[in-house]
Amino acid sequence: MRASPRLSHRVGLASAAAVALLAVLLTIAVAALEFPALSGRVVDEAGILDPAARAALTDKLAALEAKTTDQVVVVTLKSLQGTSIEDFGVQLGRRWQVGQKDKNNGALLIVAPHEHKVRIEVGYGLEGTLTDAVSRLIIENAILPRFRANDFAGGISRGVDDIVSVLTGDAAEWQQRAAKRPEVTAHGNSALVLLLVIIVFVLVFYMLAGSNSRGRGRASRGGWWVGPSSGSGSSWSSGSSGGFGGGFSGGGGSFGGGGSSGSW
Amino acid sequence: MSPISSALRRLCLPVLLVCSGLLLAGCGVNNIPSYQETAKAKWSDVLNQYQRRADLIPNLVETVKGYAAQERQVLEEVTNARARATQVQIPPDIVNNPEAFKRFQEAQQQLTGALGRLLAISERYPDLKSNQNFLALQSQLEGTENRIAVARRDYIDAVRQYNTELRTFPGVIWASTLYRSEKPMETFTVAEDVTRPPQVKF
Repeated sequence: MRASPRLSHRVGLASAAAVALLAVLLTIAVAALEFPALSGRVVDEAGILDPAARAALTDKLAALEAKTTDQVVVVTLKSLQGTSIEDFGVQLGRRWQVGQKDKNNGALLIVAPHEHKVRIEVGYGLEGTLTDAVSRLIIENAILPRFRANDFAGGISRGVDDIVSVLTGDAAEWQQRAAKRPEVTAHGNSALVLLLVIIVFVLVFYMLAGSNSRGRGRASRGGWWVGPSSGSGSSWSSGSSGGFGGGFSGGGGSFGGGGSSGSW
Repeated sequence: MSPISSALRRLCLPVLLVCSGLLLAGCGVNNIPSYQETAKAKWSDVLNQYQRRADLIPNLVETVKGYAAQERQVLEEVTNARARATQVQIPPDIVNNPEAFKRFQEAQQQLTGALGRLLAISERYPDLKSNQNFLALQSQLEGTENRIAVARRDYIDAVRQYNTELRTFPGVIWASTLYRSEKPMETFTVAEDVTRPPQVKF
């Protein structure tokens, strides 16, 4: 088989375009940061914590979430991959979606031992409690003195203690606020959309039924109803998080750059 | 005419309307307005964070004055830059108005520069550096600068999505028919203060 010169020219152009596209995609993939997986409440990528310290931290953080629904994750990084810890922190928080979806009450304690940087990254909803100034004080007073003495486990543990005490300090007030804003927004919207879809289907159904004979209309009713009801059941997923110990995942919270950083 | 065909004819229009509505929604007729709203919301966030910075400055200037009153030039520079930045007119159409957008961006950049100098000179005053009030203000200011950076990046992303929708298929069809009045939005150029470290004058 022999392709005409014109056709082969066109194929050449197309493959060149495909290669160019692939190159662009590859550079984007290289430029993007690589994030560790959210394997639990303590993600020790840098390997500076022993299993006992990890377990103790996990227990503290799980107890905090049980009490206030605030999700705090401790993460140690092998590398900041050339970016600042502030940039890495906000992107990591958004990727992991730490914090409940409609409260954005997540926070990260990020330690980059090779770059000698530490940061408390605070989700939108906690910016009023765990303010920049408070985060700075925790870093300066609880964390950095121990890090300077190479006591990573101690510094992280004290930092977490302080974060927990700040977050539980006004837990009562926080729960009141949480109670005032029940989690209706997302479900309310989906319910409204579902209702609209049903109305449209019913309208279409009655129009069709009206135009056809009675018998066929009734027979098709069952067929019409299967669609929307089965579709809606599976498409909902709640934003709540995993509980104690087992599968932990972010609840859908977002970050906007709150918090503070320090270096040693 | 048979009753069935007349009923069909009567129903033809509403059914067609409903179907075409669903079809149109499926091929992105709503994308332009929804991306535009997202970008506008992100812009409000940018303004919000800049305002927050402006609100912090008087307190910071007062605190620094208590320890370093002789640095009058830097203090005045910050005060003036803040006044200019807050006095910049922000017309409602600023995101579509390149000149107003540029003025806004320049005023904020000058303030960023002046603030950088103020924080740099404060390094020379140990008493100031150990003042708790100053530490709190400094961390708030750093946090706000960081939030500004995040808000700006979010805005840039939202505008890129909106502007891309205006110029690519199938958005370009709706842009040239239904939404002819919607113009591409302005976005931030990479600020000098990002590419250049703050100057320290001695």
